[in-house]
Amino acid sequence: MKKKTSLLTRRMLIPAVIMAFVKLNPGSQIRNPVMFMVYVGSILCSFIAIQNAVAGINVSSATIQIIVWLWFTVIFANFAESIAEAQGKARADSLKNMRRNIVAHRLKKSGEIEDTEVQNLRKGDRVVCNAGDFIPGDGEVIEGIASIDESAITGESAPVIRESGGDRSAVTGGTKVISDRIVVRITAEAGNTFIDKIILMVENATRKKTPGEISLTILLASLSIIFLVAVVTLYPFAVYSAKESGNVMSLSIISLTALLVCLIPTTIGSLLSAIGISGISRLMSHNIIATSGRAVEAAGDVDVLLIDKTGTITYGNRMASELIPAPGISEAMLAESAMTASYADETPEGRSIVQFIQNSSNLKIQDPSAAGGVFMPFSAKTRMSGVDFKDESACVRKGAYESVRSWVLSKGGNFPDEIRNACEKISRNGGTPLAVSRGSRIVGIIHLKDVIKTDIRERFSRLRAVGIRTIMITGDNPLTAAAIAAEAGVSDYIAEANPEAKLECIRREQAEGHMVAMIGDGTNDAPALAQSDVGVVMASGTQTAREAGNMVDLDSNPTKLLEMVEIGKQLLMTRGTLTTFSIANDVAKYFAILPALFVGLYAGSGGTGPLSSLNIMGLASPESAILSAVIFNALIIIALIPLALRGVKYEPAGAEILLQRNLLIYGVGGLIAPFIGIKLIDMAINAFHLI
Amino acid sequence: MNLNDIMQIVLFIAVFSLFAYFLGNYMANVFSGQKHLLSFLRPLEIFTYRMLKIEHEHEMGWKEYALSVGIFSVLSIILLFAILVAQSWLPLNPQKMANMPWDLALNTSVSFVTNTNWQAYSGEVSLSYFSQMTGLTVQNFVSAAVGIACALVLIRGIIRKHDPFKAADLGLGNFWVDMTRSIYYVLLPLSFILALVLVSQGVIQNLNPYITCTTLEGGTQVIPMGPAASQIAIKQLGTNGGGFFGANSAHPFENPRQFSNFLELLGLIVISAAFPFMYGNMSGRRRQGYVIFGAMLALLVAGIAFAMIAEYSHGTMEGKEMRFGKAGSILWGVATTATSCGAVNAMHDSFAPLAGMVPVMNIMLGEIIFGGVGSGFYGMILFAVITVFIAGLMVGRSPEYMGKKIEAPDVKLSMVGIMVPSMVILIFSSVAVLLPSALASRANPGPHGLSEILYAFSSGAGNNGSAFAGLNANTVFYNVCMSIGMLIGRFSVIFPVLALASSLAGKKTIPVSEGTFPTDTLLFASLLIGVILIVGGLTHFPALTLGPILEHFVMLSGKII
Repeated sequence: MKKKTSLLTRRMLIPAVIMAFVKLNPGSQIRNPVMFMVYVGSILCSFIAIQNAVAGINVSSATIQIIVWLWFTVIFANFAESIAEAQGKARADSLKNMRRNIVAHRLKKSGEIEDTEVQNLRKGDRVVCNAGDFIPGDGEVIEGIASIDESAITGESAPVIRESGGDRSAVTGGTKVISDRIVVRITAEAGNTFIDKIILMVENATRKKTPGEISLTILLASLSIIFLVAVVTLYPFAVYSAKESGNVMSLSIISLTALLVCLIPTTIGSLLSAIGISGISRLMSHNIIATSGRAVEAAGDVDVLLIDKTGTITYGNRMASELIPAPGISEAMLAESAMTASYADETPEGRSIVQFIQNSSNLKIQDPSAAGGVFMPFSAKTRMSGVDFKDESACVRKGAYESVRSWVLSKGGNFPDEIRNACEKISRNGGTPLAVSRGSRIVGIIHLKDVIKTDIRERFSRLRAVGIRTIMITGDNPLTAAAIAAEAGVSDYIAEANPEAKLECIRREQAEGHMVAMIGDGTNDAPALAQSDVGVVMASGTQTAREAGNMVDLDSNPTKLLEMVEIGKQLLMTRGTLTTFSIANDVAKYFAILPALFVGLYAGSGGTGPLSSLNIMGLASPESAILSAVIFNALIIIALIPLALRGVKYEPAGAEILLQRNLLIYGVGGLIAPFIGIKLIDMAINAFHLI
Repeated sequence: MNLNDIMQIVLFIAVFSLFAYFLGNYMANVFSGQKHLLSFLRPLEIFTYRMLKIEHEHEMGWKEYALSVGIFSVLSIILLFAILVAQSWLPLNPQKMANMPWDLALNTSVSFVTNTNWQAYSGEVSLSYFSQMTGLTVQNFVSAAVGIACALVLIRGIIRKHDPFKAADLGLGNFWVDMTRSIYYVLLPLSFILALVLVSQGVIQNLNPYITCTTLEGGTQVIPMGPAASQIAIKQLGTNGGGFFGANSAHPFENPRQFSNFLELLGLIVISAAFPFMYGNMSGRRRQGYVIFGAMLALLVAGIAFAMIAEYSHGTMEGKEMRFGKAGSILWGVATTATSCGAVNAMHDSFAPLAGMVPVMNIMLGEIIFGGVGSGFYGMILFAVITVFIAGLMVGRSPEYMGKKIEAPDVKLSMVGIMVPSMVILIFSSVAVLLPSALASRANPGPHGLSEILYAFSSGAGNNGSAFAGLNANTVFYNVCMSIGMLIGRFSVIFPVLALASSLAGKKTIPVSEGTFPTDTLLFASLLIGVILIVGGLTHFPALTLGPILEHFVMLSGKII
């Protein structure tokens, strides 16, 4: 359910631009110490310029442009944040759409039915839902029984039965009634339903700063403070130098502010929250709801994954993989009997048998009922299914080996040792043997096997490449577990696992310093989910489980754990690369601004002073040099917004390789890019005579 | 630059690296309580504890450790101050030296207790032998031992395996034990050997009154005497740097010849350089130590190369000893500021402007290029923590160093340790250039004058103690401001380092995997250097632009200031 559509629509841009200006209020600004410094600097410079203008002192065009670009820096940073928020909101809205346009058939006291909108429903209202209707809100079935498609919430396509009274009376808003008619008493008003809570989670998640963001903010704020001290103390040094050189002091507060703004890490400072928000929305595009940004961060740090075998590593259902005929029985005979016995069997196992025989032989499917066969469906009592014919010797049965054995013995047949041995061997290797009989004779064994998903091996090796260990959890016996673990390529397994074993395993791994993620759904998973660092709950899970985890997977697809880890890593990488880029940028800005500030020292009468030698970029004039650096500093924010929202490219590789690559692109690139960028902007400024 | 110069530099690096390697392994044994070369002195150590009533089995938490460091330092300052202001009444004063004025005594006692050894006085005209021996030499030992002790705490914090049943703060060591071991097993034995060898090279060691003699011209000259060798050995080894005589190691009685010069050079770096090896040994991850050593060495070599080129392009012999030449002076100048020693054998303000910038830059970076004994190492680890924090995220994991996750408190503590000394330098210097009385102390106008002031406060806050020369720092303003600067420079690093050690000790050690950010590679060493130059260097670059850099370009333009 991956949505590929672009989320950067024009519809989103205009509100984001408006928000960028709304966020200029000091209350929003103070949340980000780096940008707050730029904000205060912009106000200070504007104030000085206005004061000068009022006093009749000429304010140069370069000065005005610098101030304008300082403001742009602040606004661009706001814009980055609001566009990320708009994206997140769009995802939340798409969730909300689930409930939109649902018409509720409210049952009045008089017994009449009136149609109304979902918003008007109150707690205690009774609504009628017929086949094909969406249930308008969370509630309880008080009358009737119906099968309900809950795939919108749980991802599970098989319908579930909901009936009044007992454990199965709860229904969720947004799910669809497939058959029958029920009356539902609404238990949660609009705004308070499960989906509303999820949306609320999303919105809350985007507001709180995560531990990673907090510590990075501390670093950025510290750097900003030390650069502030460096720039402020530069003023007395400059006054001293000007006096000693016999020049007039030309250093203005505005150019010092420009220097400060260029030095403090505005790039990462302005994009930090956008990166965090976009991480959460990227997860949401995979239908995973993170209840906090902290969980997304933790997902990147996970190095141990606890994975349930069923549904993640294997296809959940056992599938036929081999036919073993009994002594003296031909393979064709077994195939035909098995086919006949499975014809009407709609279980996945039954279908897999038909599929397997069709693929492995040229046997045609024949409807046994055409030959007068009567289906005997599977029952818990007999533990067999099959077809009865008038001719008793043609009756077929298939089922658990014990059941078929007693069936055959009761018919006076025998059960050869070869078959028993074959059955035991299959069990030992993790398979399930199904015995097939015809008349009073056993004709053979069908080997049902856990089939491992085709791409799972490759995915596990990708995980290993990034240093993540996978532990398979299964209820199987150790032998079976070992066989499957080896085939799937997991690092480790826990056999005969129960909830205590899971919890114990997580604790042990954590004690060794590992970060553990697990996925679960049942109430008995709740302790383990709560103990794990990243607990992913499937939406089909119980309420208890939902509360214990810190992510909800709406599709209930256990392999999502892998996507979650990758998105977490991508988030952290994006933060790291932009921080490195931001700091590396400073070198070039020094070479742009410092010579510009001090070119006049010891210049004698006119001309340029000795420090113009530091102007290695050959920028045209001091004014254009400072302006170019400020413009570059502002534009780079805009230029990097897409990267912040998308995240840097992630490929599974060892840390050493990732570091080398990112350091080359963002470290070395960050060192060089501003030299080129500032030079180009300077050329453009002078080409268009902007100052 | 000739082959001889280059040989001298290469030989120096090779010999100190080799010595440091073995010393590092020896120190690892000493401080992890294993058997070592001097284990036979153990009864003496135990006896000391018994005499001083030290519970040597007692493990301190970081607060108790910090409190011990603080109390010890304050008491040391008071004791030294008392000796200096009362020396005329104390014994061993053949020259009848007067009591020191309060501001100079304050400055001197803070200076020696903080391992700075900034000297606003000249030993031969201000101090009695008693003050030199019981005051300064004692502080040379103990202030160095404090640095070693604090570095040990940080190492223990890093390598400690998390134990949920143990208080987070335990296992950081005992301050008095660390001090005693540093002195008994490292500083005293090495000083003893070095002092004897120096005496053999002509460094004086006596308690005689000064000699007055008649020169060939018929004038009279007073030749100072004193117990120099014993103080010089520890002055170098403990990265103290406070000379017995005012001219420090440029004085022929302190540093008579090439060989003594070489030995003293070795002395000022060898213990600091041993720390990374000791760290690698103690943590069981030797490559981690090599990487730290490599980063330090690379910065040292870069500094030497830059200064040598600058000096040979534009330098003169003014302010340098003929015995040592340009190369010998530059090598010493860079090494004594890279480490926080601060002993000098030439006047740094006589270097070519850009060559003179290297020493001040070395100090401004935070005294982490080998740095002071212990202090250089823990300063470097602060940078390593910040480097991991900045770049570690690039591999898609929360940053971790040596398996310890770097979180908000760790970033905060590291940044305080890195930033505060820098802020002290900038703020005090900018105050000084605004005060006419402070400016009056300059020997030169213009950018060179600014360099003198910047150098002085850098030397103080960086706990280096060397002087650029030229600035008359014996005024109330400088004495008091420098004292404050030295105290902040010392303790604004030590306390965060101790707290950081405790924070790291309480964390689980994350096992190494494919996804772990590697901190034992060449790549990390270069990254570390990059962060040091950008974070540490860019802070000071604007001020340096108006000092040595401006002076350089003015010089090139042919103007005379």
